[in-house]
Amino acid sequence: MSGVTGDNALNVENLKVHFGGGTSLFGAKPVVHAVDGVSFSVPAGKTFGIVGESGSGKTTTALAIMRLVHVTAGRVMLGDTVISELQGEDLRVARRHFQIVFQDPYSSLDPRKRAGEIVREPLDLMQIGTLDERDAKVAKLFEQVGLRPEQRALFPHQFSGGQRQRLGLARALSTEPSLIVCDEPVSALDVAIQAQILNLMTRLQRDLRLTYLFISHDLGVVQHICDEIAVMYLGQIVEQADRVTLFKNPQHPYTKALLAAVPTVHGNKRDRRNRVRVKGDPPSPINLPKGCRFASRCPVVEARCHETLPSLKEHSAGHKVACLLNENPDYQLSDN
Amino acid sequence: MTHPLLSIEDIIVDFETRAGKARVLDDVSLEVNSGEILGIVGESGCGKSMTALSIMGLVPDPPGKVTSGSIKLDGRELVGLDHESLRQIRGKDIGMIFQEPMTSLNPVFTVGEQIAESIRLHEKASTKAAMARAVEMLRSVEIPEPEMRAKAYPHQLSGGMRQRVMIAIALACRPRVLIADEPTTALDATVQAQIFDLLQDLQSEMGTAIILITHDMGAIAELADTVAVMYAGCVVEKGKVETVLSAPEHPYTKGLITCVPHLLPDPPKVRESLQEISGVVPALTDLGKGCAFAPRCSEKIDRCEAAKPELRTSIDAHLTACWVAEKETGV
Repeated sequence: MSGVTGDNALNVENLKVHFGGGTSLFGAKPVVHAVDGVSFSVPAGKTFGIVGESGSGKTTTALAIMRLVHVTAGRVMLGDTVISELQGEDLRVARRHFQIVFQDPYSSLDPRKRAGEIVREPLDLMQIGTLDERDAKVAKLFEQVGLRPEQRALFPHQFSGGQRQRLGLARALSTEPSLIVCDEPVSALDVAIQAQILNLMTRLQRDLRLTYLFISHDLGVVQHICDEIAVMYLGQIVEQADRVTLFKNPQHPYTKALLAAVPTVHGNKRDRRNRVRVKGDPPSPINLPKGCRFASRCPVVEARCHETLPSLKEHSAGHKVACLLNENPDYQLSDN
Repeated sequence: MTHPLLSIEDIIVDFETRAGKARVLDDVSLEVNSGEILGIVGESGCGKSMTALSIMGLVPDPPGKVTSGSIKLDGRELVGLDHESLRQIRGKDIGMIFQEPMTSLNPVFTVGEQIAESIRLHEKASTKAAMARAVEMLRSVEIPEPEMRAKAYPHQLSGGMRQRVMIAIALACRPRVLIADEPTTALDATVQAQIFDLLQDLQSEMGTAIILITHDMGAIAELADTVAVMYAGCVVEKGKVETVLSAPEHPYTKGLITCVPHLLPDPPKVRESLQEISGVVPALTDLGKGCAFAPRCSEKIDRCEAAKPELRTSIDAHLTACWVAEKETGV
């Protein structure tokens, strides 16, 4: 990969996460190809979105970057640090630079700790500042995420869903990380509360120059908050572009189908019947097909799609597509 | 004038809680005709699901109680019916699809048996005939290889397939009304689109009336004929989908439409921040005498906190309960 520069906050190169394998009493265990060769980079201060359906590997990608699942192969770099190779105490100390906000604000906060302690815990564990400085930091974080300082004494159950997600954000921000991985941060919240959290995240990014890796299945949310977006299907990126290009000029049949599947308030009953539909469910990530992984559901599939696995190729500047039918020969010629 | 297939009139449901009496449904009136889809939207805790439960006669009692009002199915009063009569109606005249298909299916019976059970309960069919009907139902909800799938247990099916099985159970006795309570919340976007297509197809085929409960204004726009917006147990706005979505009158409806980042085919280069509805849904035990939405409302006037607005018609069967909207339209 040539795109590795010091300006990128996060570089992911050919990341693979496979589960299972090996042998057991009953013979060879099947291998689940959860993430299968994913590469992308995120410039500092920007938001990179990963969309896809359940089983596409978007959450596993996020967890692998956070070093919360075992990385089978590939490299993850945060600035100049290769975080995929860190071990033991080095990894623990490096974690202050990359933090995560989880999907479910109910199960991701310790019910027996007070809100202030929850937000303060990373500071204690990383031994950042003096005790008084930590208290002051927690008070400031509460203010930054729109909570009142006196709410530090409350327990998680005394907060609403939106307030709990604010606590999750404050906890992630406490060690002043450069990268925050957000795994479906608003999908468990009521629609009216989603807007509050999304606006808060945008404001924090602007004020603190944060880099976000934003995982979501909600295309409307992704379009709103991300600068660049990758669409994943069965462990691989099938299309990647900036937010305007991806939605204006989608190339991969899966991206098109995904966009067509989302009901919008601008739509009506008549329009929806004329849309492209994909049939069935994604195939299992254990027995992967030889050719294109989307071939079995693709509305425009050709015979060659079942034979060759397309690689992610540049379609136009900054717009990459992995589809045999969408390879743009003109662009390749003029560019090389 | 012909009466609507299902009409709910001034239903009031109260719950006794430790914090006092909570009015979870307050004077709710809705109606739906054969072949129509009525959408109900609102945040959690606004009474959407409770409306569905009161139609099915499933309000948990105690602590809940249908205090007053009437629910008529084709002219027949459902409120106050005994358990046995309600059992006859549930599943036969009114079917229901729940949000999480895995928890609503029985894990120890095959899906074929579960569809057949509903048929045998309501029609005098032999076990064998009911099973054959079950396979037919699976075919009609577009499950591939229905003979084989009928013998599968719920855990052997994907989320989308399980929801198709739920629909097959709900429609097995060809009910006249189908209540779908957030039927696609747990599903992926492409599967959600398949389920919506299926509901529309089955509806045009059978002429079923559907009540679709959702928080997704997009789903309402693309599926429903009429819509009711609920807030804190009240219907605050209702009317034809095109009218309500193109010219919403209640600030809550406006907020619900603008607070969601909608997918645009041509997104603008510069991103604007989303319109927020500040605050949260109030506790139903301490509602003031004014409009329940007033504390969160950006257009609030003095009158909003003094008295509660009633639903009033503006144009073309479009009803809104809001003092500000009333002043503007001059009704």
